[in-house]
Amino acid sequence: MTLLAAHGLSKAYGHVHALEEADFDVDAGEVVALIGDNGAGKSTLVRLLSGIETPDTGTILFEDNQVRLTSPVTARALGIETVFQDLALAPHLSPVQNMYLGREVMRPGLLGKLGFMDTKAMRTGSREAFDNLGATVRDLSGPVGSMSGGQKQGVAVARAAAWASKVIFLDEPTAALGVVQTRNVLDLIRRVRDEGIAVVFISHSMPHVMEVSDRIQVLRRGQRVATFETSRTSMEELVSAMTGATEPEAGAIP
Amino acid sequence: MTSVAQRGASSATPVEDVPGSRLQRVLRLQALQIVLILAVIVAIFGAMEPDSFLSVFNIRGIVVNTSILAVLGVGMTFVIITGGIDLSVGSVLVLSGVIASKVMVAAGGQGWGVALLGIVVATVCGLACGLLNGVLIAKLKVPPLIVTLGTMGATLGIAQIITGGIDLRDAPDVLVDNIGFGNIVGQVPTLSVVALVVVLLGMVVLHRTRFGLHTFAIGSNPEAGRRVGLKVDRHLIKVYALAGLTAGFGGILNLAFFQSTTIAGQTNTNLNVIAGVVIGGTSLFGGVGTVFGTVIGLFIPSTLQNGFVILGVQPFWQQVVVGGVLIAAVYVDQARRASALRGSRARPKFLPQFGGGSRKETP
Repeated sequence: MTLLAAHGLSKAYGHVHALEEADFDVDAGEVVALIGDNGAGKSTLVRLLSGIETPDTGTILFEDNQVRLTSPVTARALGIETVFQDLALAPHLSPVQNMYLGREVMRPGLLGKLGFMDTKAMRTGSREAFDNLGATVRDLSGPVGSMSGGQKQGVAVARAAAWASKVIFLDEPTAALGVVQTRNVLDLIRRVRDEGIAVVFISHSMPHVMEVSDRIQVLRRGQRVATFETSRTSMEELVSAMTGATEPEAGAIP
Repeated sequence: MTSVAQRGASSATPVEDVPGSRLQRVLRLQALQIVLILAVIVAIFGAMEPDSFLSVFNIRGIVVNTSILAVLGVGMTFVIITGGIDLSVGSVLVLSGVIASKVMVAAGGQGWGVALLGIVVATVCGLACGLLNGVLIAKLKVPPLIVTLGTMGATLGIAQIITGGIDLRDAPDVLVDNIGFGNIVGQVPTLSVVALVVVLLGMVVLHRTRFGLHTFAIGSNPEAGRRVGLKVDRHLIKVYALAGLTAGFGGILNLAFFQSTTIAGQTNTNLNVIAGVVIGGTSLFGGVGTVFGTVIGLFIPSTLQNGFVILGVQPFWQQVVVGGVLIAAVYVDQARRASALRGSRARPKFLPQFGGGSRKETP
């Protein structure tokens, strides 16, 4: 059973057709890499599948049921979490506050109804989540904005992993990272997959794609032009699919 | 997993000591500095004119003069933390006072019943003005600077239409005698105690509740809030409504204190409140601020003015000094943010035409 699938998704911004009849699919417990040249529609596809934007046409199937992802909240209710390229953290808030933003744990009883939060519970929960993923967040109460790129990434990924029960999208998770942090994120991707969660990640780095993904889907000019099993493809093949040197769907697995 | 944790830990450079607390330390420093500045001002005036400046009567005067501004400052702190601004508070205060006075006269009597009615009417009037501001800002996406500039003129205009431009002086005796001039015990003015309660409530809501947290979050990164499901527009409306509510409540306090709607006397109230908030360390760039700082920030101008009068210095110097302190406070805030927060915004969000943009474009 396909966990999340999209058929014929189109999205235009004015005269720019970011996606034209694009297809996509991912199964539980696999890592799918989404690759393509700049402007191929990767980020747009992720935005549609995580509810940030709605497609002009096309259908999205979640566990074989058609769904309408009208907002990030509907997507998250299905267990779909996303780590965006800009991380979408609030820089003045602490890792704990970011972790639980919009999903605060309230104090029991009247105090909770009055809007008081259980900061202790949230702190404990965050600590566990960061430890689980080996994210190095040493100061739980300082603002995220003053942390290094790797730590911010750690917070964003840990947040997504902690809340995702079905699918995680990662948009260029390693773009701004050093060697060690990159390794952490790649390890993390595997670990999340091993928990049975579907991981979809966008990357421009072919070595990372080859290293961590199970399948690779190639986008070009707003369409999926090829799907490869990572173990049965090569970097040359991927690059030629991305740049259009090969015909669409050539070498693809149906 | 352990290997990852170890590798992650080893990646940290040893010089980088607990990096997250840097901004917090800076903030604590700023709050401390502003208290120090106030202490220095008090010490200087106190040393020069100990008998008159440090008298209970004089200190009571300073506190009373700051009380109404502090009430407005609570709402303004929330607004500025979202990265917005509210220029209309002074006019909303006037309009609320006018309407409350009219209603109380129509109801008749000098008792607590009428006074209570006036308090409710003024507060509801302020709330309504704030809601209007909020809806225009959040739903129509008109920049806060423009919306509140417009409502500033409009609400004052309505107040003048209602009154023909002549101040109303009707307030029930109980209101004037108790809240306006009364002391709760000894020389502790009731007006200031009421203001203190509002300030304490503001602190609790801002720093302890989900509402406060979301206010910070939206000021910090509205798009991040939106993506985790915060109802950003609705929250902004609430925040401006709160600012209107505190201005409306300030309106009835003002009426009780001056026994006048002070139609012509509130032209600088908005700027005085904003100056207090900013001097108190709340950032015009959003995401940072405290109600405590606002209160201290409001005491600095009123203490200066009082001290200059006592010293026989032209009180106009107060404006010069406060202007300087204000610019210095924003400079310090900006310089520190640049160093403490990596890649922070460089422009206040209520000036989107200059590149700040309360709605962040996404790629």
